[in-house]
Amino acid sequence: MMALVINEEQTMLRDAARDFLNNRAPVSHHRQLRDSGEEPGFSRDLWAEMVEMGWASIIIPEEFGGLDYGYTGLGLVLEESGRTLTPSPLISTALLGTSALILSGNQQLCEQWLPQIASGEKLVSLAFEESSQHRPSTVETGAEPEGKAYCLNGSKIAVMDGGCADAFIVSVRTRRGEDPCEGISMFLVPADSEGLSTKTTKLLDNHRACDLQLKNVMVGRHQLLGSLHGGCDILRQTLDRGRIGMAAEMLGIAIETFERTMQYLKERKQFGVPIGSFQALQHRAAVLFGEIELCKSVVLKALQAIDENSDQLPLLASLAKAKCGQTAKLATAEGIQMHGGIGMTDAFEIGFFIKRWRALNQQLGDSRFHLDRFARLKGY
Amino acid sequence: MSDDLDGFRTRTRAWLETNCPTEMRIPMASEKEACWGGREFTFQSDAQRLWLERMGQKGWTAPDWPVEYGGGGLNREQLKILNQELARINARPALISFGISMLGPALLKYGNEEQKHRFLPPIVRGEIRWAQGYSEPNAGSDLANLQAPAVDMGDHYLLNGSKIWTSYGDYGDWMFCLVRTDPDVPKHSGISFMLFDMKTPGITVRPIKLISGRSPFCEVFFEDVRIPKAQQVGELNKGWGIAKYLLTHEREMISWAGLSSAGSDPLGETAINVIGGNDGKLDDSILRADIARFEADEMAFALTIERIRDEVKAGVSLGAVSSWFKYFGTELNKQRYDLMMDIHGNDALAWTGEASNDGKLARDWLRTKGNSIEGGTSEIQLNIVAKHILGLPG
Repeated sequence: MMALVINEEQTMLRDAARDFLNNRAPVSHHRQLRDSGEEPGFSRDLWAEMVEMGWASIIIPEEFGGLDYGYTGLGLVLEESGRTLTPSPLISTALLGTSALILSGNQQLCEQWLPQIASGEKLVSLAFEESSQHRPSTVETGAEPEGKAYCLNGSKIAVMDGGCADAFIVSVRTRRGEDPCEGISMFLVPADSEGLSTKTTKLLDNHRACDLQLKNVMVGRHQLLGSLHGGCDILRQTLDRGRIGMAAEMLGIAIETFERTMQYLKERKQFGVPIGSFQALQHRAAVLFGEIELCKSVVLKALQAIDENSDQLPLLASLAKAKCGQTAKLATAEGIQMHGGIGMTDAFEIGFFIKRWRALNQQLGDSRFHLDRFARLKGY
Repeated sequence: MSDDLDGFRTRTRAWLETNCPTEMRIPMASEKEACWGGREFTFQSDAQRLWLERMGQKGWTAPDWPVEYGGGGLNREQLKILNQELARINARPALISFGISMLGPALLKYGNEEQKHRFLPPIVRGEIRWAQGYSEPNAGSDLANLQAPAVDMGDHYLLNGSKIWTSYGDYGDWMFCLVRTDPDVPKHSGISFMLFDMKTPGITVRPIKLISGRSPFCEVFFEDVRIPKAQQVGELNKGWGIAKYLLTHEREMISWAGLSSAGSDPLGETAINVIGGNDGKLDDSILRADIARFEADEMAFALTIERIRDEVKAGVSLGAVSSWFKYFGTELNKQRYDLMMDIHGNDALAWTGEASNDGKLARDWLRTKGNSIEGGTSEIQLNIVAKHILGLPG
């Protein structure tokens, strides 16, 4: 079992990420993107620089042109990007799309797509959601066999960065049975396929998500990830990786808002003293400190569980997503409350964090979803 | 290195196999079965006596203390292995002792050679049971306000005043005690740390009955108690530093204790067995959510202890985080017992009778309410976190 600390290589990666993001993409970068209305919600130039640093390929095996640093490395970068609220396709492509491809075991697809993801040429998004609540096993989008191909019909919602994706990894129902998990298949569908259309929505955190329409879209058998009807496993494992990465980003959000708020408590004076000298605020700050400590441990353990392929991975993924969701909620809400009136203003950055938290908490299952799953996995 | 450790594991396993009596490999039914040692202790079985003698002889009741003071002399890795091997055979603790968990570390750091050789080995062997004399009626959270005066009489000190909340004071053979040796300086600067035999003339002990109906704490009264000067530890009037060091250990012990109870009884599993389930889900959706929240926190806490321990190993200092451990560990333990009461419903209300083991659950539940008071209240711990970790003013 690995020690629950990061190693030297990981520390260097984190420090490099922190330097880069602070210099090139601090929160003001996020504000400027938002104000300019630039599509697709992130800076392609900045993404090119991130690719240059290897961030698109942190988890990609070397044989497909990647760095193969493991998920712990990617998690540390995500945590840092949470602190600066830097928008990028790190989660949609470098984590979710990439994980699905790696897990698929489809050598041909991996050879075709992973090197192009690593080089920044392609973006691949995961399209699995069909309802406003996170229900990954509710799959109505169908795939009918037609010769050696499949004909896809249906729609997906909440596809992260879908508007600029070059391909989608789509969950479809290929068989109906008692267990809704059984009979799901995963296909890679190029964005330029005939019959495919997207409609992009700007979200509260200025990220983009799209609805995906599939109307008689034809895909070849070779574009199948994993086995026919057996896609649920790949989907679940991909989602768990995504959940842990999003927990890492939420941890970054919690840490950053907390540090900013502590600074403010020391500076802001009322009644002639710093407001941080009031016990009512001190105790809430101390409680929040502890919650963040819990999250640090849970996130690191969950990231290591991916790299070690631990059988605790599903439990830890739900624990991390639930716990970081709750803690980042508390941190961002306390951040606003303790800043008082200026915390509510758009001119001040502290209020940006709660918007990103809201999206991250919702996507791939909110705290309640994951507490429910945690309980189920523990047998009650 | 790892070969050495493998060898240590093999030898440890073999030694435990031979020396740990079978009766000592069954978990304790209640804390009444614990072995506290001491002059007055009556062993409940030969097995209990043998287990203590053998472990004490080996120094493994205090496995990481130096051999010259009777300890086991184990390093961190060996200690971990010993604990794993003890857990593997479900071995009961050979000895539960404030001497080991609290006084020992302070003596090792602040005691002189004579004191270490005199007091530590009997602690390891479980021959002397120690009691703690800290709080006073007017010095609770404001511990440094303690007043019990110890006046310099030349070759000895003369102690008066009283202590309160002394755990198992009625069973203690000796007391380690904070006393006032200088009343005319700021309160933190006139405190000293002294040791004395509870049989010294002038000491009266009175148990305090708690809401649980039990009396784990006592009041202790001093009337012209003579304390030889050789029994004063560390520098005169510098006792507050020792007190703080010792409180850190106490805090850690209390939070570790909260955690070790965590391993014993998975709440969710207990609940579904007691209440029943529907399609594998506990048949009380709100209780289920409460338990899930609790178990998530419990697991996160266990991982945090693991992480902080690994960080300490890598050279990061623990510092005031132990205050947060104490806070969170005790709050968790209180929640655990609240939920246990919920799970067992009407059955949890029993106060007497065999079926309830004399109301064990109800009494334990009430006892946990003190967890966040003793050893520094939750509020004091949060103050320490705010001041020493977060650097908040005032």
